[in-house]
Amino acid sequence: MCTLEKRGSIFFLTLTGDGADEHRLNPTLIASIRSALSKVKSQSTRGTALITVAEGKFFSNGFDLAWAKSSSGGSPSEAINLLRHMVTLFKDVVSDLISLPMPTIAAVTGHAAAAGLLLAMSHDYVLMRRDRGVLYMSEVDMGMTFPDYFTAVVRSKVSKPDAVRDVLLRGMKVRADEAVVKGLIDSAHDNGEKAVEAAVRLGEELTKRKWDGEVYAEIRKALYPEIIGVLGLTAKPIVKARI
Amino acid sequence: MCTLEKRGSIFFLTLTGDGADEHRLNPTLIASIRSALSEVKSQSTRGTALITVAEGKFFSNGFDLAWAKSTSGGSPSEAINLLRHMVTLFKGVVSDLISLPMPTIAAVTGHAAAAGLLLAMSHDYVLMRRDRGVLYMSEVDMGMTFPDYFTAVVRSKVSKPDAVRDVLLRGMKVKADEAVVKGLIDSAHDNGEKVVEAAVRLGEELTKRRWDGEVYAEIRKALYPEIIGVLGLTAKPIVKARI
Repeated sequence: MCTLEKRGSIFFLTLTGDGADEHRLNPTLIASIRSALSKVKSQSTRGTALITVAEGKFFSNGFDLAWAKSSSGGSPSEAINLLRHMVTLFKDVVSDLISLPMPTIAAVTGHAAAAGLLLAMSHDYVLMRRDRGVLYMSEVDMGMTFPDYFTAVVRSKVSKPDAVRDVLLRGMKVRADEAVVKGLIDSAHDNGEKAVEAAVRLGEELTKRKWDGEVYAEIRKALYPEIIGVLGLTAKPIVKARI
Repeated sequence: MCTLEKRGSIFFLTLTGDGADEHRLNPTLIASIRSALSEVKSQSTRGTALITVAEGKFFSNGFDLAWAKSTSGGSPSEAINLLRHMVTLFKGVVSDLISLPMPTIAAVTGHAAAAGLLLAMSHDYVLMRRDRGVLYMSEVDMGMTFPDYFTAVVRSKVSKPDAVRDVLLRGMKVKADEAVVKGLIDSAHDNGEKVVEAAVRLGEELTKRRWDGEVYAEIRKALYPEIIGVLGLTAKPIVKARI
């Protein structure tokens, strides 16, 4: 499902399962991720950071629709209820990341689609390999609208309206270099190994600043009023400086 | 502190004090600036403009924390109260600039940090020298969140969310050419003298348009609903055209 380890000042959250494992976001994996993030939060100190990575061909291919179908007892409306359930559960993962008291980096080493793409974009920095993998919001093709927090995250992180339209309304499949141009991600790297190395280098640069995590989280939330609005969070003023 | 003079149709607001004077925004300087802006407003006519410049190595390095500390009687909480006081007073300067009935230009010839950077960005146009000086929001390093109007000004003037993140959440120190790419400022110029010359040229182009200042100010306010929202201002409709 997922593992958490700390190397130096950086926490690594790994979506485990190599090869063709799609790291589908079902209630079990979502709970596992939340548990890991809760642990990260409790162990946060000045100068820590989180890097999220995934094994295999996929970063994450989104909600576990196969699980919803197989758990639905053959009822299409029940399958949709189960999908809605995952949408509700995953909203808390986004809240956890937006509130995490340290910088967050997603190292996208494979396909990221739908909720899987949203997972990546809920991080402060998104790095991706350019040789493989696409970013894809499949909802328009599948025939479903976006949860409010999906749209809020994409609109808050991507400034160009045409890029938002291309991704959300046109269901474009975007490779890393184009994703940089569109403003979906921060940088593209030659291969998976290089993307992770770059993420670690960035993480180390950021941890060197030894930021107070609580202040960092409140500054982050204040940057994204639309996101915290739909998540029901607030940004509070703090002064921890010794003047 | 600061001086005001008019040359032709352009008002020059100069933060005085050469060399290493940081033009720290303490209550005295803030009051001095507000008094100058009030005078500019009363003397505004069709086709006038404001250029704000500073002497020496700094445009402004932000609030006067040293003054807060020395005035606090050794009490850290009192020092923070005094900082909050400056935050409140300076909000008046931003309101004055956002409401000023003429185009405003900041010629940044030195470092601009925190409230000093906000002072520059509260102008309609920001020109900067490329050979020296950085723009820097120090708050994340100092351990404090931003006043609401700081975030509103930056978010309203900078379209790229990654640039806003780099400046506010990452505390990046940005030189002029990079500031242009990030959308923090309008243009970069070879040295201090060239910046001021370019500011004057721009001022003269703008004053040639002979805009009605009242209409200009209302149009400006309407461009920045987030800023006027937090400042408690409104933009009103006016028709002065003879149709």
